[in-house]
Amino acid sequence: MRIARLAAIAAALTVATAAQAQITQDTVKIGVLADMSSLYADLGGSGSVEAAKMAVADFGGTVGGKKIEIVSADHQNKPDTGAAIARQWFDQDGVDMITDLTTSSVALAVQEVARAKNKVILVSGAASSDLTGKACAPTSVHWTYDTVALANGTGAAVVKAGGDSWFFITADYAFGHALERDTSAVVKANGGKVLGDVKVPLNTADFSSYLLQAQASKAKIVGLANAGGDTINSIKQAAEFGIVAGGQKLAGLLVFLSDIHSLGLQTAQGLQLTESFYWDMNDETRAWSKRFFEKTKREPTMNQAGVYGAVTAYLNAVKAVNSVDGPTVMKKMKATPINDFMTKNGHIREDGTLVRDMYLFEVKKPSESKGPWDYYKLIATIPGEEAYKRPNGNECPLVKG
Amino acid sequence: MPDWLHIAIPPAPLLFAQLLVGLINGAFYAMLSLGLAVIFGLLNIINFTHGAQYMLGAFCAWFLLSWLGLGYWPSLIIAPIVVGAAGIVMERLFLRRIAKLDHIYGLLLTFGLALIIEGAFRQAYGSSGQPYVIPPELQGAQNLGFMFLPTYRAWVIGASLVICLATWFVIERTRLGAYLRAATENPVLVQALGINVPRLVTLTYGGGVALAALAGVLAAPIYQVRPQMGSEIIIVVFAVVVIGGMGSIMGAIISGFALGLIEGMTKVFYPEASNTVIFMIMALVLLVKPAGLFGRAA
Repeated sequence: MRIARLAAIAAALTVATAAQAQITQDTVKIGVLADMSSLYADLGGSGSVEAAKMAVADFGGTVGGKKIEIVSADHQNKPDTGAAIARQWFDQDGVDMITDLTTSSVALAVQEVARAKNKVILVSGAASSDLTGKACAPTSVHWTYDTVALANGTGAAVVKAGGDSWFFITADYAFGHALERDTSAVVKANGGKVLGDVKVPLNTADFSSYLLQAQASKAKIVGLANAGGDTINSIKQAAEFGIVAGGQKLAGLLVFLSDIHSLGLQTAQGLQLTESFYWDMNDETRAWSKRFFEKTKREPTMNQAGVYGAVTAYLNAVKAVNSVDGPTVMKKMKATPINDFMTKNGHIREDGTLVRDMYLFEVKKPSESKGPWDYYKLIATIPGEEAYKRPNGNECPLVKG
Repeated sequence: MPDWLHIAIPPAPLLFAQLLVGLINGAFYAMLSLGLAVIFGLLNIINFTHGAQYMLGAFCAWFLLSWLGLGYWPSLIIAPIVVGAAGIVMERLFLRRIAKLDHIYGLLLTFGLALIIEGAFRQAYGSSGQPYVIPPELQGAQNLGFMFLPTYRAWVIGASLVICLATWFVIERTRLGAYLRAATENPVLVQALGINVPRLVTLTYGGGVALAALAGVLAAPIYQVRPQMGSEIIIVVFAVVVIGGMGSIMGAIISGFALGLIEGMTKVFYPEASNTVIFMIMALVLLVKPAGLFGRAA
């Protein structure tokens, strides 16, 4: 009799819990999974952790009466390491959401873990459009930018300016392949052609061999489908081998502010690039970046700014639905427009893409710059719908047609 | 000629250019493996800090430039001396204490120190590197007909050849080198002849470290000056030393240049394998000649 009564109470409690899907743990945990130590560390890394902490502090430190906690780890750009950390975070450590996720191969692996466990991931640092394409998942959002937006930004601008024959120097993993594929599609759609490519292992110090191959191809444009340290080395060595002096032009398809800082304006001047954020755009971006700079002594990259936006939007959704249940939170997030210091009137598309305006920048000449971090001038704003439009449709099973 | 043949066989000029580029990378491998071979051959230390010391050389050049306004040429002298001196301190403080223990202790110690140094620099300077421009005297390029050879790269090949051969000469052909080699074979006897063996060992370590730093200064203008530059190259350099034969000076030089060439060719024919080809060769060499191509079997 007593046992039956207890069972009934337990059952009732379970039902109640399921119905409300409350926050059951003592804390809401957010994991920042990033490259903390290698070639992408400066564009995400500890700066992303700092951005997440700022978001939590600005939110007030608690949500639904529960303390918000940030944990972080180094995935070392290895998909297996990233997936193992994600699994441990979700299963044992009670992490509710993972963000940053620089490096597409790692993000794709973590997305599979999140899919299996119905957990939210908000990808800021990775680029591959496959995250919201053929590998799309119902509880993940690709927050800051993707290879489609980069192609529609820099790729289209370069072709329209007369750069109609391309040779790609491509990082040989998920990201590079996606960036080359998406940019090729845009180049061809705008009437250009692709003469060849070379796939280069991630984290290469010497690009001279590949640059000579690009030179021999006689393509007008050498497209750099790589990122971070690889892009820096490519651009630096291209100057050395007279690629630009010989009449070819470089197109940096994914360039972060931290890369320009490392290259110096003398080498980087005139480069066009697409980003979703630059610290010196308006009073709001300057105010936020000033706070970030005070903590890190660097201006934020778009990835780091995106982490702040993603964490804030997540916490708002958790507060609204009073739950950390993945699908519930995601439903709310997809129904809420995104408005923060970097994103205006953004919305999350059904495939998980955050559709937001992108910006085409040009790197200033040394004479135009007032000092460190004063690097970009705005060339064009690309409306979100145009930036994230896939020229060949989307294979994502979540969207029909 | 069908299309695929064009792709499979690059035109001769491009091939020459690629060989030259391979030679440049080989020059760095040779200089770094040279220092390692000297340290291993004469001190029996597997110096895993070598990559970090190479990085320190590059950073030292950058410090000299940005703090003291000293350019490339003074750095070429000062940076190796500073980093070599730091190496001497390290030998006195740490390595000497484990000299009589198994190799594995030296390996663990130097590996740990390398991680600490790299981590500290990453913490202080970030991961994306500091800019360092090519000195004005070496800017520009020569058009060789088949390729556009940057003057600086030509300088690197020349400088590295001179450094390698000079080191080989000192160790194999001079009285000082003879003392060193004798001290390796039988330290007690050499000490009995009135030679200060511990000091000799310390100075040799300092010299090997200075070689790494010199390579770092040479690398600064073409690669980024960044904390990971050492750990990225050191694994390859170890493979080069193993292929050449641990401790063989000439083996290190020849296999350094040769593997640069082979890696260069791989970048043309199958670029995806360019960062593994050296290790495949290492495995093959170890199977056929476990002491390395130029090593004496122990």
